[in-house]
Amino acid sequence: MKKYIVSRVGYMIFTFLLIATFTFFLMQTLPGSPFNDERLTEVQKQVLYERYGLNEPMAIQYVKYLGNIVKGDFGVSFQFDGRAVTSIIGERIGVSAVLGAQSLIVGTVLGLFLGIIAALRHNTFIDYGAMIIAVLGLSIPNFVLAGLLQYWIGVRLQWLPVAFWDGFAYSILPTIALSAFVVATMARFMRTEMLDVLGNEYITTARAKGISELKVVLKHGLRNAMIPIITILGPLTVALMTGTLVVEKIFSVPGLGEQFVKSILTNDYPVIMGVTLFYSFLFILVILIVDLLYGVIDPRIRLAGGGQREGK
Amino acid sequence: MEKILTVEDVHISFDTYDGEVKAVRGVSFDLYKGETLAIVGESGSGKSVMSKSIMGLVPKPSGKIVNGKIMYKNRDITKLSSKEYRGIRGADISIVFQDPMTSLNPTMTIGHQIMEGIMVHQKLPRKEAEEKAIELLHLVGIPNPEQRVKQYPHQFSGGMQQRVIIAMSLACNPEILIADEPTTALDVTVQAQVLELLKEIQLKMGTSIIFITHDLGVVANIADRVAVMYAGKIVEIGKTEEVFYNTQHPYTKGLLAAMPDLNTGQDELQTIPGSPPNLLYPPVGDAFAERNEHALKIDFLHDPPMFKVSDTHYAATWLLHEKAVGKAKEIDEKIKVKKQSKTVGVQKSVRQEKLLEVKGLKQHFPDSRQSVIKAVDGLTFDIFKGETFGLVGESGCGKSTTGRTLIRLYDATDGEILFKGVDIRQQNNLNKEVQMIFQDPYSSLNPRWTVADIIAEGMDIHGLYKTKQERMEKVYELLRTVGLLEEHANRYPHEFSGGQRQRIGIARALAVEPKFIIADEPISALDVSIQAQITNLLRKLQREKGLTYLFIAHDLSMVKYISDRVGVMYRGKLVEVAESDELYANPLHPYTKSLLSAIPVPDPNIEKTRKRVHKTEWDMSASDYQLREVVEGHWVACTEAEFMQYKQAAQKEMLFV
Repeated sequence: MKKYIVSRVGYMIFTFLLIATFTFFLMQTLPGSPFNDERLTEVQKQVLYERYGLNEPMAIQYVKYLGNIVKGDFGVSFQFDGRAVTSIIGERIGVSAVLGAQSLIVGTVLGLFLGIIAALRHNTFIDYGAMIIAVLGLSIPNFVLAGLLQYWIGVRLQWLPVAFWDGFAYSILPTIALSAFVVATMARFMRTEMLDVLGNEYITTARAKGISELKVVLKHGLRNAMIPIITILGPLTVALMTGTLVVEKIFSVPGLGEQFVKSILTNDYPVIMGVTLFYSFLFILVILIVDLLYGVIDPRIRLAGGGQREGK
Repeated sequence: MEKILTVEDVHISFDTYDGEVKAVRGVSFDLYKGETLAIVGESGSGKSVMSKSIMGLVPKPSGKIVNGKIMYKNRDITKLSSKEYRGIRGADISIVFQDPMTSLNPTMTIGHQIMEGIMVHQKLPRKEAEEKAIELLHLVGIPNPEQRVKQYPHQFSGGMQQRVIIAMSLACNPEILIADEPTTALDVTVQAQVLELLKEIQLKMGTSIIFITHDLGVVANIADRVAVMYAGKIVEIGKTEEVFYNTQHPYTKGLLAAMPDLNTGQDELQTIPGSPPNLLYPPVGDAFAERNEHALKIDFLHDPPMFKVSDTHYAATWLLHEKAVGKAKEIDEKIKVKKQSKTVGVQKSVRQEKLLEVKGLKQHFPDSRQSVIKAVDGLTFDIFKGETFGLVGESGCGKSTTGRTLIRLYDATDGEILFKGVDIRQQNNLNKEVQMIFQDPYSSLNPRWTVADIIAEGMDIHGLYKTKQERMEKVYELLRTVGLLEEHANRYPHEFSGGQRQRIGIARALAVEPKFIIADEPISALDVSIQAQITNLLRKLQREKGLTYLFIAHDLSMVKYISDRVGVMYRGKLVEVAESDELYANPLHPYTKSLLSAIPVPDPNIEKTRKRVHKTEWDMSASDYQLREVVEGHWVACTEAEFMQYKQAAQKEMLFV
């Protein structure tokens, strides 16, 4: 197991550097420059280029850039004079993390619940109802949902604040907008998996022991159905992170996503690259965690090696 | 004897898209305390559904008990609420399923799975429940139960898993244990152990066992009474000796005759023609009439009632009616005459020309870590033209891998395979000369292709026809050869029964006119009556086309019947090779002995008196351990010293010839 984790971490670092390289060169091919302001004179521009090292050959810029990344230095922002990218990320990440985690937890719990209920009441009204919710959640984009929520619940009904970030009440609408997709995906997967698992012979065996139906589902069904569910947890988390870009902007939540969008509009290369790398890092981390979670849930993976059986 | 369960006229139906399938159609029987009642039948006969209904486990909402009573402790348990039923399940009545691998929850320790029932029914605290679980594991013969109790199912072998399940079902000392094909997924030697375990437990705890199986050998071994089910009904029920030695129903007779006899050589197996009826439209009258060549007129019109043969023996056939006595005798005579005519003239193939030579074949697969799995580890044997070479062994011994390597589905790690004297790696049209028949007729046919395309694919590849017309003619001819009809050509595989599909698989193999066919467990997925049909077909084709077979199987009685010579494999090596009669009469290697002694024979008297040879350990690692020829044509893996002993024993035998 230890060896496995070490090799996985190795791969993570490699992937990370690859992404860093890729983002760097992508950035270089973008048209325009951060100092496109017409009020700046040629000389002033030259000074700025000099200061941020933008007039050096690309190869040298790249080497410096990689070197700085290894040291944990993502450069300084162009738009906020002299502020380190890391400090910008650090300042913004808290809000995004709260929003993301809230959406993931709400979405997963609600989605699993819907999925299980749908599977247990297979081919009934409840099943169909749950699946309609799932299809809606998948097919309505989060920015449309966000707008609808703002208009109806925020403006018309005046139940919850429409925008900004000032306490829990402010987080409710963005959380709903973000988690709809998670609920839908989870519910659909859980239903399929649960139906599959409930058809297994060990479920019949469990029933034959005379234990209650609730125990059969929760103790025997759920854990087995969770194994494939974990697989989609990774992509879902990733989808949530990218979802925050737009949703934060719509609700004017001062999170990392909002900052990211703003930086793209002003060609603030260091921040764009810094945030991209930060997201990539999170993605890679999520995938690693998901892989490790398999082992926790499935003893056949955790105890691999002890369980060699002669195959047919 | 004390009656503990009475089943009265139970009918069970399933709602499907096509309509109502009447899976069980009026079954009645009693179960007595401490006895083993075997329920025998082919797949689809309703035996499994019947047993599940006793547990209240008929899948809902599609399945339901339409009619009838199941009386247990003066209550009709079919009327119980689900909560009341839970009180009985696992406590008074428990069940063991067929496949141990799928009936254990892979994510829960086995201890936990055993404890669950104890904690619910006996309300014991966790600590005591665990002690009880350890005790149970000890009872079913699992070594080191204190450590094993904390392990997960995948850390146990198949046989051990089945022991765990038996422990689980015994957790609350049930009065009735339902065993639904508990040994079908196991190797013969493991099967013998599990059967012994069940008998031991019955003796200790006085449990009544309902044992569901399709294997008449197992029935002869374990049952006190037998009920034979066909098309949702019990057609014959009685004490095991009565049913085996005074068989009344034509279906039971057919089943017994279809089993190959280990003792006599037969030229052709008796078969039951056709396949069981579709229970969506159950036939009027005796359901077996359509497959019974001696059926009476009344069989097609009226359902026979249960006729009494003795106090304990009943059968549902009109032949027992007083007006049919004369006719019944006549039919018995006919069958006897036919049987005699079939046992004459067993011909042995003449061995002259070597078709296939295998020398030191090794097939290793890299494991996930640094080690390799030695699936096949140094095989040497020859197959002569026109013979059938049987390869037997337990699951995982490498017999299937050998077959696959011979047809180059795998490239051999080491060793030489010569086909007609030439290395198979240098043969361009090996696939035209060698063909394969697979075990599972369901997954080995592409479901989206028509039968004609499936059969003709090989001909397409090798360009064996000129016109479309010629292609279809060849397909028709092949269909006729394997006993199917021309109009089957345009249908899809799902429209056929298992036996018919296997015939399609055989037609596919024959399409390119091969010389050599590798049959990898071709009959083990089929019912007994269908097995005989396919085996006869294979023999017939061999005679007509001069084919050579490599017949891979774990069913030793069938292997003996079909093979000229047999090789026994153990852990990737051959331990014994001999002519099949010689091997069965005079096994030398301890593994062969234990394997042969484990096959249950469909004869209760033999089963009762028989002693099993338990697998004794033998050392295969000695440097001079190799195949040696003891008598002409009889090879055994042994050391030099053992070889001398075998040789001396063989010479002594010779003196008495």
